[in-house]
Amino acid sequence: MKELIKELTEAFGPSGNEDAVRQLIHNRISEHVDQVRVDSLGNLIALKGRNAESDVEPHKIMLAAHMDEIGVIVSYIDEKAFMRFAAVGGVRALHLLGSRVVFADGTIGVIGREKPMEKTEFPTIDKMYIDVGAPDKKQLTRKVGDLGAFMRPFADMGQRMTAKAFDDRIGCAVLVQTLIDLKTTPHDVYCVFTVQEEVGLRGALTSAFGVEPDVAIAVDVTITGDTPEAHPMAVSLGDGPAIKVKDGGMLAHPGVKNWMVETAERLELPYQLEVLEGGTTDAMAIQTSRAGVAAGVLSIPCRYVHSPSEMVDYGDVQNAVHLLVGLLSGPVSI
Amino acid sequence: MLLKELSEAFGVSGHEDAVRQLILNTVRDSVDEHRVDALGNLIALKKGDGPSRRKVMIAAHMDEVGLMIVHIEKEGWLRFQPVGAIDDRILLAKRVLIGDNHLPGVIGVAPIHLLDYKARNQVPKRKDLSIDIGVSSKEDAERKVKPGDYAAFDIAYAELGGQLRTAKGKAFDDRAGCAVLIELLRDRYPFDLHAVFTVQEEIGARGARVAAHAIAPDVAFVLEGTICDDMPKKRDVSPTTDLGAGPAITLMDRSMIADQRLVRLLADTAEKRTIPHQFKQPGRGSTDAGAIHLSREGAPSAVVSVPVRNLHAPVSLLSLKDLNDTVRLMRESLYQLTELDLSR
Repeated sequence: MKELIKELTEAFGPSGNEDAVRQLIHNRISEHVDQVRVDSLGNLIALKGRNAESDVEPHKIMLAAHMDEIGVIVSYIDEKAFMRFAAVGGVRALHLLGSRVVFADGTIGVIGREKPMEKTEFPTIDKMYIDVGAPDKKQLTRKVGDLGAFMRPFADMGQRMTAKAFDDRIGCAVLVQTLIDLKTTPHDVYCVFTVQEEVGLRGALTSAFGVEPDVAIAVDVTITGDTPEAHPMAVSLGDGPAIKVKDGGMLAHPGVKNWMVETAERLELPYQLEVLEGGTTDAMAIQTSRAGVAAGVLSIPCRYVHSPSEMVDYGDVQNAVHLLVGLLSGPVSI
Repeated sequence: MLLKELSEAFGVSGHEDAVRQLILNTVRDSVDEHRVDALGNLIALKKGDGPSRRKVMIAAHMDEVGLMIVHIEKEGWLRFQPVGAIDDRILLAKRVLIGDNHLPGVIGVAPIHLLDYKARNQVPKRKDLSIDIGVSSKEDAERKVKPGDYAAFDIAYAELGGQLRTAKGKAFDDRAGCAVLIELLRDRYPFDLHAVFTVQEEIGARGARVAAHAIAPDVAFVLEGTICDDMPKKRDVSPTTDLGAGPAITLMDRSMIADQRLVRLLADTAEKRTIPHQFKQPGRGSTDAGAIHLSREGAPSAVVSVPVRNLHAPVSLLSLKDLNDTVRLMRESLYQLTELDLSR
């Protein structure tokens, strides 16, 4: 599965430009699903249909993982070809200092900063710029509106892995692997690889309206409390996938949460319960779609979220797949 | 001149009636059907004369930012709240018109003689400001005004001329977009055009949300008056848009990432027809398209704007040349729209 994870994390896909990620996922899943379509915003919606011979009560289940990653967008180019930019999603200026960004065509840019007034001045994006090494504006091929992503290769550290865009390519990898491992299911399983989560759960909103599920689970990363002087949080890398109780945008449906907990215990899979104070996932938008959807979240614990070097535990990832396969193989008890 | 009437019409968010009536009188004869929905959106249908089944929605908002009277002091001064985003600094000593009878009022300010150094370097807070309607008691004021009445800036439209044919007036955001949409309705297109003059954009794209749900468009365009900050500056920073440089095509703002195929259609059409155009600085502002593109299963959407200096201030400026070029760009692009493949 690590090869899939490497490929997905290294793909280029800031919000609104998920084409490369979508193509990659499409290729990986096409022989494991019954139908695939792309909706008007660019969500990839794959259906694995139910086994009609099963006597389990069928449900329409939506799984969601977002394809997009945070990035930057060129907003203005000055006379000397320095490019001012805006954040696409929750990019922190501190993480940009000393970083490189890459554009869709492979062009590399270095992030520079205006001389601070004081040594202690906190960096802000409006005082930064991208330098692609063009001698002047005439020789610059970039345009206002070009999207850039963090440039950082995947690294396998053994039990743990680091890469850019684990948020949420690791969720995408979990869904792809689930579709491969899930040989048969009594449910209609819609795997939705969503767009534009980082700019406001936009793809989830429209795809949930289209799919109209009974039950939904988003698979996304969550932060951890296991690093030095971290904000207290009872989620650690390596202790199993986290079943969300609540986050900054939603209360997980208790039935969905308990269904996940009971299934994990039955299959003797490690899990942790997650209470996230800030931030949210696609499940928030799905939960309030149409007349409401029973929605929960399966989270992959992740350190350094929204930095170019996010870190996850391989065991957590594999156990998330096992848990999802278990959930989709049996009855839905909510 | 229609832009003059549109600019001078009274239509703070939630009370767009006068603007709606004006637009309806103007477009009634050029559309096939029209209705007003529960929130007050004016929805007009211009049937297509071609084989395309595509439903195209084009929206421009009727509402403008303004004030609402919330309390009358015992001396007859009116306390107010902003409706939509208004910078406190632009309120001082401004003329407003209050209520349906357009009662004139002035926002009070202390003279410079009374201000010490500190006070001169501070902007009075909105909660400390009040409107003077020339009465001296609460009872007198209550005969003319009641809490809940709206106030709009009192600014006459005028053309300043010059190469860019600059005009000044209030509420070019988004009466400029309304003017463009009215012009577009004079023509017939090869698809059904659902023209929506929306309400309550300035307080959160509320009209657009329900109109898009009702129409369920296949493609949407939003016509706007947008930020133009091209005053001389010491630093080389983006003006967001430039006055006179033509219609501004949005790539990304706070509410939407524009559909890349529609952006390409607009830019290619502008190139082919040699219509001046520009790209709006990404990341700024939000529009009705934020709500429309997420309606139901989503609709590919784009925004085309007329650059407006002093946006959300009492006196805004635009170039009539930009306005005409916006009409040209939209009209030419709409004729190309049926050939655009929107499948994935």
